[in-house]
Amino acid sequence: MDKLHVKLQVNGKPVEALVEPRLLLIHFLREELGLTGPHIGCETSHCGACTVDIGGRSVKSCTVFTAQANGAEITTIEGIEGADGGLHALQEMFREHHGLQCGFCTPGMITRAWRLLEENPDPSEAEIRQGMAGNLCRCTGYQNIVKAIRAAADARQAQQEAAE
Amino acid sequence: MIPGNFAYHRPADVAAAARLLQEHGDEAQLLAGGHSLIPMMKLRMAQPSHLIDLQDIAGLKGISRDGARLVIGAMTTQHELIGDALVAAAVPLLREAALQIADPQVRYVGTIGGNVANGDPGNDMPGVMQCLDASFELTGPGGTREVAARAFYEAAFTTARAEDEILTRIIVPIPKPGSGYAYLKQKRKIGDYATAAAAVLLAVESGRCTSAAIAMTNLAATPVFTEAAGAALVGTTLDEAAVGAAVAAMLAAIDPATDNRGPVEFKKHVAGLMLRRAIAEAAGRAGRGTA
Amino acid sequence: MTEQSPVDLDRAEKLQGLGCRRKRVEDARFTQGKGNYVDDMKLKGMLFGDFVRSPYAHARVKSIDAEAAKALPGVVAVLTADDLRPLNLHWMPTLAGDKQMVLADGKVLYQGQEVAFVIAENRYIAADAVDLVEVEYEALPVVTDPFKALADDAPVLREDIADQKEGAHGPRRHPNHIFTWEQGDKAATEAVLAGAEVVAEEMIYYHRTHPCPLETCGCVASMDKVNGKLTLWGTFQAPHAVRTVASLISGIAEHNIRVVSPDIGGGFGNKVGVYPGYICAVVASIVTGVPVKWVEDRMDNLMTTAFARDYWMQGKIAATKDGRITGLWCHVTADHGGFDACADPTKFPAGFFNICTGSYDIPTAWLAVDGVYTNKAPGGVAYRCSFRVTEASYFIERMVDILAIKLGMDPVELRLKNFIRKDQFPYQSALGWEYDSGDYHTAMEKALAAVDYAGLRREQAERLDAFKRGETRKLIGIGVSFFTEIVGAGPVKNCDILGLGMFDSCEIRIHPTGSAIARLGTISQGQGHATTFAQILASEIGIPADAITVEEGDTDTAPYGLGTYGSRSTPVAGAATAMAGRKIRAKAQMIAAYLLEVHDDDIEWDIDRFVVKGAPERFKTMTEIAFAAYNQAIPGLEPGLEAVSYYDPPNMTYPFGAYVCVMEIDVDTGETEIRRFYALDDCGTRINPMIIEGQVHGGLTEALAIAMGQEIAYDENGNVMTATLMDFFMPTAVETPTWETDHTVTPSPHHPIGAKGVGESPNVGGVSAFSNAVNDAFRPFGLTHAQMPHDHWRIWRTAQQLGLHG
Repeated sequence: MDKLHVKLQVNGKPVEALVEPRLLLIHFLREELGLTGPHIGCETSHCGACTVDIGGRSVKSCTVFTAQANGAEITTIEGIEGADGGLHALQEMFREHHGLQCGFCTPGMITRAWRLLEENPDPSEAEIRQGMAGNLCRCTGYQNIVKAIRAAADARQAQQEAAE
Repeated sequence: MIPGNFAYHRPADVAAAARLLQEHGDEAQLLAGGHSLIPMMKLRMAQPSHLIDLQDIAGLKGISRDGARLVIGAMTTQHELIGDALVAAAVPLLREAALQIADPQVRYVGTIGGNVANGDPGNDMPGVMQCLDASFELTGPGGTREVAARAFYEAAFTTARAEDEILTRIIVPIPKPGSGYAYLKQKRKIGDYATAAAAVLLAVESGRCTSAAIAMTNLAATPVFTEAAGAALVGTTLDEAAVGAAVAAMLAAIDPATDNRGPVEFKKHVAGLMLRRAIAEAAGRAGRGTA
Repeated sequence: MTEQSPVDLDRAEKLQGLGCRRKRVEDARFTQGKGNYVDDMKLKGMLFGDFVRSPYAHARVKSIDAEAAKALPGVVAVLTADDLRPLNLHWMPTLAGDKQMVLADGKVLYQGQEVAFVIAENRYIAADAVDLVEVEYEALPVVTDPFKALADDAPVLREDIADQKEGAHGPRRHPNHIFTWEQGDKAATEAVLAGAEVVAEEMIYYHRTHPCPLETCGCVASMDKVNGKLTLWGTFQAPHAVRTVASLISGIAEHNIRVVSPDIGGGFGNKVGVYPGYICAVVASIVTGVPVKWVEDRMDNLMTTAFARDYWMQGKIAATKDGRITGLWCHVTADHGGFDACADPTKFPAGFFNICTGSYDIPTAWLAVDGVYTNKAPGGVAYRCSFRVTEASYFIERMVDILAIKLGMDPVELRLKNFIRKDQFPYQSALGWEYDSGDYHTAMEKALAAVDYAGLRREQAERLDAFKRGETRKLIGIGVSFFTEIVGAGPVKNCDILGLGMFDSCEIRIHPTGSAIARLGTISQGQGHATTFAQILASEIGIPADAITVEEGDTDTAPYGLGTYGSRSTPVAGAATAMAGRKIRAKAQMIAAYLLEVHDDDIEWDIDRFVVKGAPERFKTMTEIAFAAYNQAIPGLEPGLEAVSYYDPPNMTYPFGAYVCVMEIDVDTGETEIRRFYALDDCGTRINPMIIEGQVHGGLTEALAIAMGQEIAYDENGNVMTATLMDFFMPTAVETPTWETDHTVTPSPHHPIGAKGVGESPNVGGVSAFSNAVNDAFRPFGLTHAQMPHDHWRIWRTAQQLGLHG
């Protein structure tokens, strides 16, 4: 099968590659680009461990062909950082509130939560739970994840108020 | 879970997509959001040699009002549908159903066209479209035709769409103002298909039901639009006898199968409950100007 | 103890030692996507292996044709049992004294069983090649019911041992019978039952489920032919044991094998066992001379590696009319699948199921467990529990509730009446355990007060009345469970795995500048060992936790230990850590005495320093002592400051807790909602409350899943009906409630710091609480016991059977 020439932006950097059409985006990111933050958990689009951001949408990259992402702007956990280049509020708050244990779901969780807060900077607990329902965690029972996301929302608001 | 290989096409317009379909016949499959097709390919239950990705076709996007009809481009995602003010105002049933599909990530990618076209009996939108009496615009080598949702589904994963046709637009008649609606779905968890789900659209004038449409999800090999169930409500005050008759008519029309969600008897029971609750919800909303 | 001054408190706080909510040191990596899991590894020239698996649950393998697969460009080799036979690796020993096919040797015994191993340049080509391997099967009759498996005319599953009358655990009475394990006094128990005022009897089934960590199992094997060394990275909860097993079965000398567990994405028991994938990857690397990776996909994981439970527990419980329990009788039919691959200590073929007398002072008891082969996947692992303790706890907590029904008593009243009293500890149970410590009445009463138990019961009664009046279709169920765990395996005298005593270890090196590294024989899979073990040490040796690196999982560097499962890390390796710390402190004391020019006995330990008694201004801090250890010639002392401890625990530890679940149940849809869940845990000394609470949240969520729907289901042909996360129930944030946590502290008297372990308590106690709540809701309508899982349709069926649908 002929390989495809794909060009995309990953974490702000241009990427070009020749890929098999069937190459799943998660494998392209992990194995071709070495971005091993997004993980493979269920492979049927249920667990969300492979979540990346494609053009402003949270997407399960195990269920997307790299070919489909040709021309897209992709952000993975490796591309998420705070305004000052340090840790993003979500990353800090997941640590602060013990929102992770084994860490395997965490990159997908944070990447999803990042988009959630972009769309809804002040979510209620119910909105957080609904908004994170595409990401499974086996360790935390979600309670501290919800807390961490809410705390990150507060931190972001405080930062913005301070900046204004 | 690794898919087989295929040639990838990304046509820029419908005509090009149609040509590819014609050229490759049953070796080709259309790719919309892919969240039904790609898992099937990873399980190697689907092994197309050609995938025709529709994402670049601008004409398949967008939601607009055309008189008394809402026209939705097939590549509109569930997420876009949920966030669309026109949909929320004109056909809130669509939004209510879309919010119950899968999870946020899947809704960002999953399209309305894919949901109605692939013929999976577990999908929610086919029943909703039947309830709304929507029709699907199919574009093929012979031009364009419209097929009513109520006549579209033939068997599981088998529809009236010919192999060389593309489902391009979904045309939804906008319900009369004051119509009551509900989509009630029981599922085991977020991301699951319905154990049973009921879509109801009805109108009430002076306390009497003047029209009613009822369709059910995941209770047969196809979505089940049951005219008799709707008819049982029309002319009534939606009293217990009428609702009971509607439920009985619906139960006669469905044919659920035992699976991990439960045995047939349970599914029928839940189907009845969902329909009762959906009728009650719709009746409560009727006349409140929400539709 | 003298009161500490504010200065002292400040010094203590800076250590971030025992008892503080120290933030995790692991998190900076994980939150930035910089974890290092097995599938993240990419070595030069690495190949990928994948299995051809059986679609049949029971079949003869007539032929395997791999020619087309081998001809596919990018395919390096295809291994079958015939290729492994010359190496004697076509079968492997299991942890339970049985043996298991690595690749199908003439037949298959369960759906998904490994038939051939394809090695290719990448996982895409490997998957294509798997499709090209043609296997001819002859289907055989399938048995998925362990009772039918013991019928006279049942098909013989294990033809390889059909004639063996003796197994690893005694006599076998049927070709499909594995063992009978008996504990307690049968005659005395039956006499008690015969003479009892009240006897309650029930068959209680704990369904088959699966640990399903978010990361599946996998490994990378790399055989370096130049120096003869094998390195095996993998998802191993017990890397040292894997090294020894690998050496024994491969013949490679143990010093030439290095096993590394990198970051592990959750284990929950799934990653204790040795799987055919590991063996095949090693053989493939030996054959090809390059590294070979094998990572199972989710379907492989759910279908083949490490199921849990599948216990049919027949129980009889005897009591006086006023509710004093006098005897317990239990017979278990244990479905082990096609091979006996349970991960239990060798002498315990049913694990510690004999903890099934629970938290109660039951004078007489008898237990027998029959292990049975069926056409299901092997496993029987301790899914977030210590060796069948979850089953035992579920059994007794249901039996007590069922007895309460028979007696017409409140289930809490019955519990309070039969709890082992505080003054009875250490307590000898009728089935052979010595419970170390407990204060059950205090814990139960604290829980009752916290939830206003009497108020809940009143509300429940009001709801019931409203239900009967037709005003609501929802019932309230109140589930109470009081569990006693047995964890921290265990004393070498009776606990071993494949002959390896179940001690654990810690080695500490203090660096000249006063920081340190500690290495342990355990391996974290999310428990936060790097954080908590440093806290133990900080309190023991006065070096801030932030200045202590904790390392685990590399057998070339870490001291030998038996790994992390069965809540054994804190009870065993945590104890080793404290003991190694005390060795450091003992030497430090001698150094300090020398530096202060006083006798050893004239100085005392104070948080982070040794102080001359009566002269608090004269002291040497641990930092000063550390430097001195490396730069001073101290008479009679070797330079350096290091210690190692191999800790053989004198006993298990016995964490306990009181859980209360308040559940709303829709009798029409069968839907449930957890309105409140209160969990009081007593895990002895608390090392890091933040991590304890996190463990409880997670364990309760897993328990919720198991009780309410998480099942590995088979159809009558042995097809797995729940092989993806669409059907295998894992709750999302939406289905998961908010958990309330609480605690009491009853230290373990034999553990150096009094800690007992907590990671598995919420699963052990939680499942019973959910199930008791469901059953409790229907008690007024005559329900005695409904089997798990309590998914919608089964609850609906219960309501249907009780006539609640009109």
